[in-house]
Amino acid sequence: MTWLMSILETALFVALAPLFAGWVKWVKSLLQNRRPPPLVQPYRDLAKLFRKRPVIADTASWIFEAAPFVVFVTAIFAAGIVPFAIAHLPTAKIADLIVLVGFFALGRFFLTLAGLDLGTAFGGMGSSREMMIASLAEPAMLMAVFTLAMSAATTNLSQAIDWVLQTGLVLRPSFVFALGGLTLVAIAETGRIPVDNPATHLELTMVHEAMVLEYSGRYLALIEWANQIKLMLYGVLIANIFLPWGIAESLAPRDLAVGLGSIVGKLALLGIALPISETLFAKMRVFRYQEFLGFAYLLSVLGMLSHVILEVN
Amino acid sequence: MLALAYAALVAALLSAAIPLVLIDTEQSRGLVLRCLARWPPPSWQATTAQLDGQRFQSAIEYAAFGLLGCSGLAGLVAGLATLLADHTQVDQLPLGLPWLDWHLRLDPLAGFFLTLIGLGVVAVSLYGPGYVRSFRQSGHSFATLGFCTGMFVAGMELVVLADDAFLFMIAWELMSVASYVLVAFQHEHAPNRRASFLYLLMAVVGAIALILAYGVVAAFAHGFTFDALRAAPLSTTWASIAFGLALIGFGMKAGLVPLHAWLPEAHPVAPSHISALMSGVMLKVAVYGFVRFVFDLLGSIQWQWGAMTLVLGTASAALGALYAFQQNNLKRLLAYSSIENIGIVFMGLGLSMIFFAKGHAELAAIGLVAALYHVANHAVFKTLLFLQAGTILHQTHESNLERLGGLIKRLPRTSFIMLVGCIAISGLPPLNGFVSEWLTFQTALQVSALDSGILRSFIPVAAALLAFTGAVTAAAFVKAYGIGFLGVPRSRHAAHAREPFHTGMFAGPALLAVLCVLLGIFPGKVIAALGPISRALLGTDLASAYANGWLWLTPVSSRVASYSAPAVLLACAIAAWVSYRLLRAPKLAPVRDQPRWDCGFGGLDPRMQYTSSAFSQPLRRVFHPLYEIREQATREPRGHPLVTPAALDLDLRIGDRSWRHGYLPLAHSVEAAARQIGRIQTGNIRTYIAYSFFTLIALLAMVSS
Repeated sequence: MTWLMSILETALFVALAPLFAGWVKWVKSLLQNRRPPPLVQPYRDLAKLFRKRPVIADTASWIFEAAPFVVFVTAIFAAGIVPFAIAHLPTAKIADLIVLVGFFALGRFFLTLAGLDLGTAFGGMGSSREMMIASLAEPAMLMAVFTLAMSAATTNLSQAIDWVLQTGLVLRPSFVFALGGLTLVAIAETGRIPVDNPATHLELTMVHEAMVLEYSGRYLALIEWANQIKLMLYGVLIANIFLPWGIAESLAPRDLAVGLGSIVGKLALLGIALPISETLFAKMRVFRYQEFLGFAYLLSVLGMLSHVILEVN
Repeated sequence: MLALAYAALVAALLSAAIPLVLIDTEQSRGLVLRCLARWPPPSWQATTAQLDGQRFQSAIEYAAFGLLGCSGLAGLVAGLATLLADHTQVDQLPLGLPWLDWHLRLDPLAGFFLTLIGLGVVAVSLYGPGYVRSFRQSGHSFATLGFCTGMFVAGMELVVLADDAFLFMIAWELMSVASYVLVAFQHEHAPNRRASFLYLLMAVVGAIALILAYGVVAAFAHGFTFDALRAAPLSTTWASIAFGLALIGFGMKAGLVPLHAWLPEAHPVAPSHISALMSGVMLKVAVYGFVRFVFDLLGSIQWQWGAMTLVLGTASAALGALYAFQQNNLKRLLAYSSIENIGIVFMGLGLSMIFFAKGHAELAAIGLVAALYHVANHAVFKTLLFLQAGTILHQTHESNLERLGGLIKRLPRTSFIMLVGCIAISGLPPLNGFVSEWLTFQTALQVSALDSGILRSFIPVAAALLAFTGAVTAAAFVKAYGIGFLGVPRSRHAAHAREPFHTGMFAGPALLAVLCVLLGIFPGKVIAALGPISRALLGTDLASAYANGWLWLTPVSSRVASYSAPAVLLACAIAAWVSYRLLRAPKLAPVRDQPRWDCGFGGLDPRMQYTSSAFSQPLRRVFHPLYEIREQATREPRGHPLVTPAALDLDLRIGDRSWRHGYLPLAHSVEAAARQIGRIQTGNIRTYIAYSFFTLIALLAMVSS
């Protein structure tokens, strides 16, 4: 039963991810005085891409075709282990937070290889920048994760959420810092403004789009979908780790409804906050990234230190 | 089992002896022909007739590598059986000093490292015959190569079997000197001579530190056997001095920053199968020495030692990864990445020492197991990667990434094996590199058990640096693979490369690639096998890690952290299969092959690809204080400054900071001191007699008083 629920939940997660992306885009358009596309536009885009005939460059090797699958599968897997509406899932035991970071790294590894596969300068540039961002973001992310893991004495996500729920609403300085660090990392890792601009194809400003420039058709659809899953995943992580209230602790229908409602509500709020920040800030130069991510790391370290100094009795 | 280990030693020595007949090929071939002529079966006669010079040399090479393989296999079986049976055997051989026999001992710790040596040697001996053939044309003698390889392997096997300080040092020096000759094998190139001299120099300094370390302990003990050393009643001060010396000695061999300068010079210039043995196996022998000396012989571990080891390990891991990322030579990149991996091992050991000193033996066991697991993993994937780098060098005569590219289409099998190695070394799930890094993270997260605030805040920072290391390593191997194997060929050699003919050149690396997967999927089994070692050294094992069955890895308890590699693999396989089937359905539109997007300008050529140094430029810019960068662009103008120049030349050199700020000042001060001391050497015999006279008087005065 629990296994079935977790499979259902993963499927729901994967199915809802384009909707979240559509919501973010919708809010952003409103904020920028543009007429918003319909909320279901990402689904239409995906459907169109799946139908289109893909073009693959003749210099491509099998890595180029395999990479979208790896990226998509790692995204689904990550969606499977992060508690979405239910706190206790058997899948959370299979892999903890560190494995989650490892899975993101695996997907990135293949995507950057695919960027280099055709031998075009765009792809190489995107891969190189993506790797720089990853190298700087990963320690910040793990540091934030460690703050949580040391407070809850576990790296298992379900257990960590349990711990937060049990200790109740306490203002912990370490969590505030870790939340800040993790948010900045999430912005960098999902390629949003001010680090990357998902809506542009200008060579000087793009990172992720440069890497996947040669993809088309269903391969592009897989990558886009995986990106949408990843964006929602960071949203769910932030919502469920730092504000888990409402998440279903049992499989009773009422709990489930509350859990689902609360996570959708939290995501909707995050989906308003993200476009606001994207509208307020301009994209940074590439070599300002280190300051941005260095700040994320600093926040995470402060979180860790305040945990060690203030919170351990 | 010790008998099997002896067999391994004898086989290694025999494999060293056989190539010696090639010193005079013609004479020895005649001798063999005469012997074979006496042999009755007629089938041999036919063989004899065909035995010309080339075939004779081939036969010798196969015999030497065959015996080396037997040695490896015997070591592997002996070590594995000892480890699994948790069984200790001691013996004495009437060799060595008149009053000190050779003491040998095969216990689980030695067995584990003997297994790794055996594994590396088996893979290398499968690979070797195909690889060394290319040296025939270049006129390098197989006699030297084969002899030193055999002695090198015998030396490493003897180090782990040694049970007294004297034999340990003899075997250690045998290993160092044999590997020195191997590094200097292609000595016609000046950089190789320089690298091998640096290696020899640092090996000697390291050996002096080790002799002093043993000397300090032996001064308190009654004898040189390890049993006597274990029983030595050392004060904390003397134990710390011995620890410091051992850290210098073993750290120098293992390539810990800042004692690493020889490693990136020496490993790349040796023949590739030797680089594989040096990086994959010899560094592990140094780790063995450290574990044996500190955990077993010294005992009473202090937490300061652990903190020191942790700091050095973290520095090695982070700097090794950053330097590896900037290398354009594939073998040099691999050598720097060895420094990084050794750093991760020492981080695990340091954490283990801290926890053990603070009385948390069960947490110390996680650290030790993480370190040993990483030792095994690194032995597997680094040997694989060096062998594949050797294949590339053998097939393209290039190891500069800037001149490779597109190899995945020319060498599909080699490239696939290489990809497995790259994923494994980047610490990505579900392969083996991830498991040991995960365990190291888990050890670091148990820091709340410590009562010291400094350690509690320092260890998570070290863990975050480990995360940084992992990401940079992944970047380095994306670069190595993406530039070297993907894209379009950047040189004629790369464009015309072909798969090697020799099957052994696949078999050895393929064996290791399978092990990468197995070690990643069944961590519980590996940790169970490592149990006897941590029981012997720390008094406790990691039974909780596999208490929930082979499917789960739960180092502390299932509440704290769990990881199930088989389930991860299964889930990924199902998801990949489903999405692949859905997307490969026949009713979908077929794929269209078109040229790459060239922005409408046309004529993309291989030089327009992203280069290796361009790929690593962003991190070079971010971390420029850590590198010694000299960049010089010269342009040959074509009259007007706005016209495209006739030629552009970029000279980029990226060096190691430690060289200028650590080694050169040291070398200069040694030279200056030598000059000062040299003043007493006047060349005048009367002065020398006066020196002797006054020395004699001084000695007499000392004796009489």
